[in-house]
Amino acid sequence: MNANLVLGLTGSLVTLVVLFEMLRRHRLREKYAIFWVLVALTTLLIAVFPGVLLWAADLIGVEVPANLLFFGASLVLLVVSIHHSYELGRLEDRTRTLAEEVALLRMELEQKRRAPSDEGAPGDTEAGSSGDAGAG
Amino acid sequence: MARMPASSPASRRVLVVVPAFNEAGTVGQVVAEVRAAQPGADVLVVDDGSGDATATVAERAGALVCRLPYNLGVGGAMRAGYRYAMRRGYDAVVQVDADGQHDAAYIEALLEALADADVVIGARFAGVGDYPARGPRRWAMLLLAAALSRLAGHRLSDVTSGFRAADRRAMAVFATHYPAEYLGDTVESLVIALRTGCRVAQVPVAMRSRAAGRASQSPVRTTVYLGRAVVALGLALVRRWPTELESRVGPA
Repeated sequence: MNANLVLGLTGSLVTLVVLFEMLRRHRLREKYAIFWVLVALTTLLIAVFPGVLLWAADLIGVEVPANLLFFGASLVLLVVSIHHSYELGRLEDRTRTLAEEVALLRMELEQKRRAPSDEGAPGDTEAGSSGDAGAG
Repeated sequence: MARMPASSPASRRVLVVVPAFNEAGTVGQVVAEVRAAQPGADVLVVDDGSGDATATVAERAGALVCRLPYNLGVGGAMRAGYRYAMRRGYDAVVQVDADGQHDAAYIEALLEALADADVVIGARFAGVGDYPARGPRRWAMLLLAAALSRLAGHRLSDVTSGFRAADRRAMAVFATHYPAEYLGDTVESLVIALRTGCRVAQVPVAMRSRAAGRASQSPVRTTVYLGRAVVALGLALVRRWPTELESRVGPA
């Protein structure tokens, strides 16, 4: 019982301090911090009042309360991982688009530099002058 | 300069896009061949973050060169090419691999076939191209071909070919939706084209063996290829794609 209290307290308090410090140094966005603060506070609650866990386990019908805790914790981690994969994929998509745009812009710039007087670059013979080429 | 009617094949403005990743050894010759075969077309080499002299060699051979800041894969290189083509008002895009396995002499045949289709695949015909594929790799290709033929409503025999032509309709689709994932650049892009209402046709072509050979055929790798092909195809079929054409990529 005592060990549970010590572990729970240390874990949640260390997490809270780290989160605070990361926020202070602009290393963490609020939208992510809020979630982790909630997780840390829940851990703190269960460490200080183990009765909450016993009550919840009894309510759902789980015989060993610790199992409920483990189940809940792994579910939370799973959801967070999936969310991160989603965010990562979205970022990859965006950097890919940016990379393509940068490459095209760079090519255009080099063409302009080579032929500053007109749109005499090889790919620029007809439609280029009516498009975005003349806007720069 | 006056804009010429896009419908007439003679005045059609064609952009040949060559995605190249570390192909300094072959890209120069590919560009030269394409320019010789299609004097009226512009050649755009998309250097996919190569570590070698690919871009310099291509430039010296007379191609436009677009340098991607890092490696995006064929899908990224091709989408950049399609975007460029859309912005500059080209009427057709032809994709040619930089390793020299595609014979530029067939580009004309692909472009002619665009009269009745939006996407034309240069398909290796049986035997002539001498394409070494057996075991799981062959099964994968047969499976993909069968599935896409069904979707297209007529026979497509070589759906993993990177030798293809696209008209404005298909270009508009590819400029926004060109998958970057493995096999996405070939198989999935065809599924997207078909599902957005493009007509896909094929023209038989002979392929040359790669100038710098690296077609690995170990059993493990081919089995992995089969698995990835099935996954790519399955995903392509169930994914949501826009059902109508949209063009958010510059003036069309």
